[in-house]
Amino acid sequence: MFEKALKGNNYYWMWLAFLGFFIAVAAVCYLRQYFYGLGLTGMTRDVSWGIYISQFTFLVGVAAGGVMLVLPYYIHNFKAFGKITILGEFLAIASLLMCMMFIMADLGQPLRGLNVLFYPTPHSMLFWDMCVLWGYLLLNALCGWVILTAERKQVHPPKWIYFFVYLSIPFAFSIHTVTAMLYCGLPGRHFWLSAIVAPRFLASAFAAGPALIVVMALILKRVANFDAGKQAIDKMVTIITYAAIANMFFVGLEFFVGFYSDIPGHKHTLQYLFFGLEHHGHVYNNLVPFMWGFVVLFLVGIALITHPRTRRENDLWLGLGCASIFLAFWLDKGIGFVLGGFVPTPTEEIVEYYPTFNEIFITIGVWAAGFFILTILYKIAIGVEHEIEA
Amino acid sequence: MDTNRRNFLKVAGLSTLAGLGGTAVVDRLVTGAGMAQASTEAGHGAEHAAPAKAGANRYGMVIDIKKFYQDPSLGEKAIHACHQVHNVPNFPDKRDEIKWIWMTKFENAFPEKPNLYRDEATATNTLPILCNHCDNPPCVRACPTKATFRYEDGIIGMDYHRCIGCRFCMAACPYGSRSFNWRDPRPFIAHVNQDYPSRTRGVVEKCNFCVELVQAGKLPACVEAVSDSKALVFGNLNDPNSEIRKILKEAHTIQRNPSLGTLPSVFYIV
Repeated sequence: MFEKALKGNNYYWMWLAFLGFFIAVAAVCYLRQYFYGLGLTGMTRDVSWGIYISQFTFLVGVAAGGVMLVLPYYIHNFKAFGKITILGEFLAIASLLMCMMFIMADLGQPLRGLNVLFYPTPHSMLFWDMCVLWGYLLLNALCGWVILTAERKQVHPPKWIYFFVYLSIPFAFSIHTVTAMLYCGLPGRHFWLSAIVAPRFLASAFAAGPALIVVMALILKRVANFDAGKQAIDKMVTIITYAAIANMFFVGLEFFVGFYSDIPGHKHTLQYLFFGLEHHGHVYNNLVPFMWGFVVLFLVGIALITHPRTRRENDLWLGLGCASIFLAFWLDKGIGFVLGGFVPTPTEEIVEYYPTFNEIFITIGVWAAGFFILTILYKIAIGVEHEIEA
Repeated sequence: MDTNRRNFLKVAGLSTLAGLGGTAVVDRLVTGAGMAQASTEAGHGAEHAAPAKAGANRYGMVIDIKKFYQDPSLGEKAIHACHQVHNVPNFPDKRDEIKWIWMTKFENAFPEKPNLYRDEATATNTLPILCNHCDNPPCVRACPTKATFRYEDGIIGMDYHRCIGCRFCMAACPYGSRSFNWRDPRPFIAHVNQDYPSRTRGVVEKCNFCVELVQAGKLPACVEAVSDSKALVFGNLNDPNSEIRKILKEAHTIQRNPSLGTLPSVFYIV
């Protein structure tokens, strides 16, 4: 089926070339980092994870979000999703590949990465994260490919594939739960040490993932003559709405616990993220604009996707609404959650993190690579759809 | 697909989900992480005590804060000796910083003990902090390759050749004791000690209680450097007749954030 990715109009090739440019820049930047060390990033011994790991964390959520199409279709037999579950599965593949690239970019000794396999360590959450991420990647690749092939031949998919389809559902939940456990099981990091991290991750994932799929579906409608169908989009927007509100509810609970209990350790990171944290006469607040951006974009997004006129009558407003939600939760999880957790340090000092240009270009390049893969996968999926229709 | 089959698969899917979150898995994880650690379930008080294990050594250190307050040069001596012996680089840029033992204020070493009306000596002076060599170390639990591990005698060591540089241990350490080689450290080592390996870029390192010296029957470099003052005392916590146990019996000591259940092996006389 790959041949479908090799035929496209000028815009298709221009888009791929555009992404390819950023991938090339990132490759050069990565080589610089590889030969110098992670000192080319803004990370320090105090903020020891930066935007690589925060992007990874966010993208695990985007990957898990695909299950919001698979679950209603295969468990509840919600037929309207039939045409677009493949979009969810292929988005999961692209997101997981981005996750792996971010992990590799973040390793101090990337060539030793296989040590995680050579010395399997079940008491490390990172070991389990590797297991479930690879598992989910393989499941999605397998299910997506087999079902798409069957669709192309216009036969029913083989029955054995349904075992893997159903298996992929708990796997989707597990990838983001285990990713949350990377953080919420660490003693001495008050902001992360919260039982609500995993549910919160899942809620924001089930909003951000489908939000990206809606945006993609609306774009595909314009550029690739692929209509996901009004009912499918509408149902997805409902899912996004509830999931997004659940995430904000969980954020609110974190605020309540911190500020009503008034325990300094539980408040510090929230203060740092949203208001700036005063320490020895200096106010540290470099993440504050991002967090208020998160809140504002959420409000704008939720208004656009819930008001009947913007939701049902105008694709542009709906797309902007979903994009706002996606961006809002990217700020929340892809910036605030991971970086904020390191402030203050275990010795009650405050070190702020600023990514370097080299680091930012690598990050952009990995995103570009992800969208490159996604474009090719969607091109194949839609090529098959068109072939059947013809 | 017929309805029966779908129903069967629904159940199968749900049981897989239940299995993933099952207590059996969690139990296994926790026992795995426990390593050579004694039970921490016996009440709050017992959690903070050092569990005794028959036959095995468990090394620990007592730091007399007052002696460091009285003679600030002690700290410099200890740091110098440590960093010299272990080829710890000295970077001009603080962002690259690597430290095994360093001086800090009481409020930074013990942030869980805030005091609005601190005595002057405590407010202005500095004391040494280093890896606590916890008996229940979160860093060992977090490491995905066992590159950081617990020796039988309680020292937490590092395998610089296995470490993949994921820095999970740095996020896990509640004492900020770990450093990362953000760049090649070798050009920044003034005098290379050939008896101890220097590190490559991209791996984590920290105080190792001078395990290479201790296992050869010597004292850690920092203890040796200030030995006249007795400001640092090193010994076997499991030996009731050891010097360190005698001091612990006589003086009131505290540990850094013991409420986390990490069972630190470094004790401070306030």
